[in-house]
Amino acid sequence: MTQKSRIREEAEGFARAFAEAGAVPVETDLLLEAGPFLDLYGEDIRARAYTTTDPDRGELMLRPDFTLPVVRQHLSNGRGAARYCYLGEVFRMPPTGSGRPREYLQVGYELFSEGDAAAADAEVFALFHGLLSPLGLAPVTGDMGVLLAAVESLSTTPRRKRALRRHLWRPRRFRTLFDRFAGRTEASAPRRALVAALKARGAEALMAEAGPEIGLRTAADVRARLDILAADAAEPPIPQAQAEVLDAILSLRETLPNAYAALSDMSVDLPGIGPAVTGIGRRMAALEARGLDPASLAFEASYGRTSMEYYDGFVFGFVAPGRPDLPPVATGGRYDALTRRIGGVEAPAVGGVIRPEIALELREGPT
Amino acid sequence: MTLKLGLPSKGRLMEKAFDWFSGRGIEMRRSGNDREYAAEAGTAGLTVMLMSAGEIPRELAAGRIHLGVTGSDLVRDRIPAWDQAVEELAELGFGFADLVIAVPAAWVDVETLDDLDAAAADFRSGHGHRLRIATKYHRLVRDFLREAGVADYRLVDSQGATEATVRHLTAEAIADITSTGETLRANHLKPLTDGLIHRSQAVLFRARGAIWGDAERAELERLKGVLGI
Repeated sequence: MTQKSRIREEAEGFARAFAEAGAVPVETDLLLEAGPFLDLYGEDIRARAYTTTDPDRGELMLRPDFTLPVVRQHLSNGRGAARYCYLGEVFRMPPTGSGRPREYLQVGYELFSEGDAAAADAEVFALFHGLLSPLGLAPVTGDMGVLLAAVESLSTTPRRKRALRRHLWRPRRFRTLFDRFAGRTEASAPRRALVAALKARGAEALMAEAGPEIGLRTAADVRARLDILAADAAEPPIPQAQAEVLDAILSLRETLPNAYAALSDMSVDLPGIGPAVTGIGRRMAALEARGLDPASLAFEASYGRTSMEYYDGFVFGFVAPGRPDLPPVATGGRYDALTRRIGGVEAPAVGGVIRPEIALELREGPT
Repeated sequence: MTLKLGLPSKGRLMEKAFDWFSGRGIEMRRSGNDREYAAEAGTAGLTVMLMSAGEIPRELAAGRIHLGVTGSDLVRDRIPAWDQAVEELAELGFGFADLVIAVPAAWVDVETLDDLDAAAADFRSGHGHRLRIATKYHRLVRDFLREAGVADYRLVDSQGATEATVRHLTAEAIADITSTGETLRANHLKPLTDGLIHRSQAVLFRARGAIWGDAERAELERLKGVLGI
């Protein structure tokens, strides 16, 4: 049998298990409209996805992932509670010369449920954990909801919080902004000069001599942001105690119960994270109810910050220990806000995908 | 055996490339009639091929020419992982141009990439679409903006007169080459203070993927000796 058909067989095994767990198999097109992917991931997706142009439908992408088309199908099919599974190729442009595959199978499971979030998280995680247990993988968990709640509860302006939230998935950018908002670094020289000029001469004078208004961004847009910059310059820094808690959260790596205890302590200084931390406690109980020992699970508060842009709650991955050359065998998480962003409605969901060719390689060695 | 050398087929870039080789002891001249794209080198072992400067990166990447002169901006933008495909043998000291990000001068509030990112977020929520940046250097600009952590923008293709796109409402900002900033100023645009993406000049490149047997390597060493590089 060829390697490809063996990988497919491996994938079909997972897909059968997902169907037995109650999921309805769904299919999506391979050629998908590029617009929704660009809106979700931004221009960067063009460097990772294969795009083409259709005379009638405009710019199309070879399916770079399943989650977005499956969510769109769910929203157009009347919603409600649902479990879906799927199996098919996704296409990703690898870095030049990396030798990584350009197309590979993904098999996935998505659970839409308005009910108990902790129970839904535990259902999906336990399903993946059970299926992957013969492979001896290391599970990692995290929770983007804690980070989002931490940002939300900082004593600073809504605008600064929005900027931090927007860049949560770009850790370097986030750090730059955070250090400035916390008063650890100065504003840039051009910014300081601009604020001084605003104070000395006023926005009107600066705008009058700058040049004619051209393009869609209006003088009113410029004026509004100048006012914001002037106000922001007078804004006190984020209190040091809060900034230190956020630093501690970002670098937290522990077993799940220890992380829960540490986060519970931190919520004394940053009470806003309380509900998210309580959610972790409930999830631990739900995992235990499914026979999983929380002490056997790692928790990294920053897990998912570089790769999983739409997850906003529980996140997880299964990685092969001692094989940093391999991508995770499985990844997943909760994406409650995604449905609001693309469909304007709340449809809380949690799901994950398995890369069957990685699972096969671990099972049988490189082929 | 001769080494194939790709040179720009017209304009100042061609003349300066000819001058650079001639000034270092390898005479270059057009051959055939005025309109014929043919040239020859005053040394054995070198076949000159005149071609569009924009196509030289592709020919280098494919290894169809051994050597080529073109702008470092084009090589970086057109060849994925360019430094694995070509080697820079010499910077030629002409064809200077800076690839910069520029915004309307009227944007008093935008001086840095940080400002551009914040303005892009506001623009998207206010105008309902991502802030458009017109350019022909898609790869360079996208990589640069990703490194800088700028989001909520969209690249739109512009193959010429890019400075006019803002006035024509087909883009809000641009990324283009400029040597003196004159054209930017005339079109009411200003570069961002930290928006310099690449400082380009004409470079003599060696294609790593061309056929490099003993004879080719020996000829290259001889040429490098004559050219003093």
